[in-house]
Amino acid sequence: MPNVISPDGSIRQDNWVVVPRPAEGESLDIPADQPALIPADLWLAGYEHFTGRQEIGVWFDSHDEPEILDGRVNELPVIAVNFPKFSDGRGYSIGRLLRERFGYKNELRAIGDVLLDQLQFMKRCGFDAYVLRADKDINKAARCLNFFSQGYQAATDTEIPLFRRRAS
Amino acid sequence: MYVYDEHDRQMAAERVAQFRDQTERALAGELAEDEFLPLRLQNGLYVQRLAPMLRICVPYGMMRSDQLRRLARITRDYDKGYAHFTTRQNVQLNWPALEDVPDILAELAEVEMHANQTSGNCIRNTTTDQFSGVQSDEIADPRPYCEIIRQWSTFHPEFAFLPRKFKVAVNASEQTDRVAIQVHDIGLQMVRNEAGDLGFRVHVGGGLGRTPMVGPVIRDFLPELDLLTYLEAVLRVYNRYGRRDNKFKARIKILVKALTPEGFAEKVEAEWQHIKESPTRLTPEAIQRIQAYFTEPDYAAIDNATDLLASQRFENRGFDQWLTHNVDTHKKAGYAIVSLTMKKTGTPPGDVSDKQLEQIADLADEFSFGEIRVTHQQNVVLADVRQDRLFELWQAITPMGFGTANLNTLTDVICCPGGDYCALANAKSIPVAEAIQRQFDDLDYLYDLGNIDLNISGCMNACGHHHVGNIGVLGVDKKGQEFYQISLGGSSHHDASIGKILGPSFARDEMPKVISKIIDVYVDKRTEEETFLDTYRRVGIDPFKERVYA
Repeated sequence: MPNVISPDGSIRQDNWVVVPRPAEGESLDIPADQPALIPADLWLAGYEHFTGRQEIGVWFDSHDEPEILDGRVNELPVIAVNFPKFSDGRGYSIGRLLRERFGYKNELRAIGDVLLDQLQFMKRCGFDAYVLRADKDINKAARCLNFFSQGYQAATDTEIPLFRRRAS
Repeated sequence: MYVYDEHDRQMAAERVAQFRDQTERALAGELAEDEFLPLRLQNGLYVQRLAPMLRICVPYGMMRSDQLRRLARITRDYDKGYAHFTTRQNVQLNWPALEDVPDILAELAEVEMHANQTSGNCIRNTTTDQFSGVQSDEIADPRPYCEIIRQWSTFHPEFAFLPRKFKVAVNASEQTDRVAIQVHDIGLQMVRNEAGDLGFRVHVGGGLGRTPMVGPVIRDFLPELDLLTYLEAVLRVYNRYGRRDNKFKARIKILVKALTPEGFAEKVEAEWQHIKESPTRLTPEAIQRIQAYFTEPDYAAIDNATDLLASQRFENRGFDQWLTHNVDTHKKAGYAIVSLTMKKTGTPPGDVSDKQLEQIADLADEFSFGEIRVTHQQNVVLADVRQDRLFELWQAITPMGFGTANLNTLTDVICCPGGDYCALANAKSIPVAEAIQRQFDDLDYLYDLGNIDLNISGCMNACGHHHVGNIGVLGVDKKGQEFYQISLGGSSHHDASIGKILGPSFARDEMPKVISKIIDVYVDKRTEEETFLDTYRRVGIDPFKERVYA
């Protein structure tokens, strides 16, 4: 059961399972008794079957295009974005697009190579649930989520950039 | 010059605390080396051949005298008493200890300095013309826009892990490009459209390194208020689609080439349409607020000191030479722009001691309203010197070693630290610069040769900008031996071009003779008015090849 960190640094547990992309010719291995995150394009491919189900969410890999879910994002209880390597920054753009362009309101979860020093960037880009890589000290997450009390730019967390806040 | 408010101060302090925490975790083994790497790089810290190297940011090259004095103190307390001006208007320390770096950053923050994003795969320091605000032919002062970009790009949460480093340069002069915008990831040329509105012509995808390219124009006119939203669109397209599978193909120039400039521009436009009207769109008030930091200093109402200078020139040939070469025309009557050259033969180009940093600070206070600018040619500019005090200034700087009247000549070499310091280098670059400076020690001959950009890099990362030197020198490694490859015909100015490789490379001790032969060809072939680059462009590379490899 993953430990899930919230933007305020508090920790909870849940039992969402990330279902990997099946090999060619294989089918999705969705567990019967646990909520599951499946590859977003496969959710779309099985839309009739999956939509509206509160125990099925999706995940994007860093090279995936979130555009495929435009108009349907809020049918999902959870969307996860995989950071295959912490230095792969594409997931930040995916997060902002899901939130700011497609208006996604439910949980946006960071999975994969999620380390402490990237948490605040994730938070600013709209992620509100973080599954820290298992070897990292989860008790340091609260501090790392709040190194900075504000940012210069607008992002998902701050609609108004500092230059406009200064002016008012 | 920009002055921090409480927001800037707070974020600077938080950044220092963050890096202190990160360094402690790294030293405690909680952060693996590859995990700490981008964090320290984004605070300017490299691990180099002999010691760590700390690159301190000098936003668009501007510094105050108190900041110079603090740098001097830091080089004494934490380093070996000297620093190095880089080709991107920053300052490097070559010998700090890793565990001291948080303290150094704290000392810098006290004087509104930092090392944010001076390395790593993020948006780097925005550079601009060292004559900004004091030259008469600029469209507008570019520095407020550089500061606006600095703030937008600082700790940008979406663009902290780009495929590769990302450099922006802004130019505002119509006649001259001193900042090499066309070999930057984004080059912004300030322009006015037919209606007289201020904006930018946007070049994207220029760069040096392994695949040198002149950046194509992807937008002819970007209104000034749209600056940040458009940059955000460019960066988002790059962040999402730039290659991450191969470090050597990860710069934006490769993406622009793959999509074609038109295809890339379309993608950016499409992205931009979504965010164009977002709150990130600048407001006239926001621009004016930053512009208010870059107002004119308290100039005296004086006339040009034409007669005085004429008689001083007449009496002193050295002053005459210096005035001709190292002093430029100021927009304000009675003032002049002075370049202090950091290119004295025998000193690595761009290197300054702690004492010299303090001397420069004193000169700035005494002669130029307490401010200086670092140039991408690794020199220092005093931008606001009274003409009637130029002689006094010249007398003061000559013994300090800043008066070598070789600005823009062959011996005003751009040179990276090379194999003497840098872990990436294939070959040393400083001794090559020195040998060439020694070979060409006759100032009259140098003046006769006119402006020649000689740029030296110790490896293909091209920190010495060899591709855009009229004469470029690249250090290469051949079976463990240091060799040097020469290219000719590069330019970093409005007529930007990438130099062409002359032929097989040379051993270090051959270099002064080879450069002499190249110069001889120019002298033989030139017409009266031609610069080295003009002649090269007219006659092509063959006559040079024939002479050098004869």
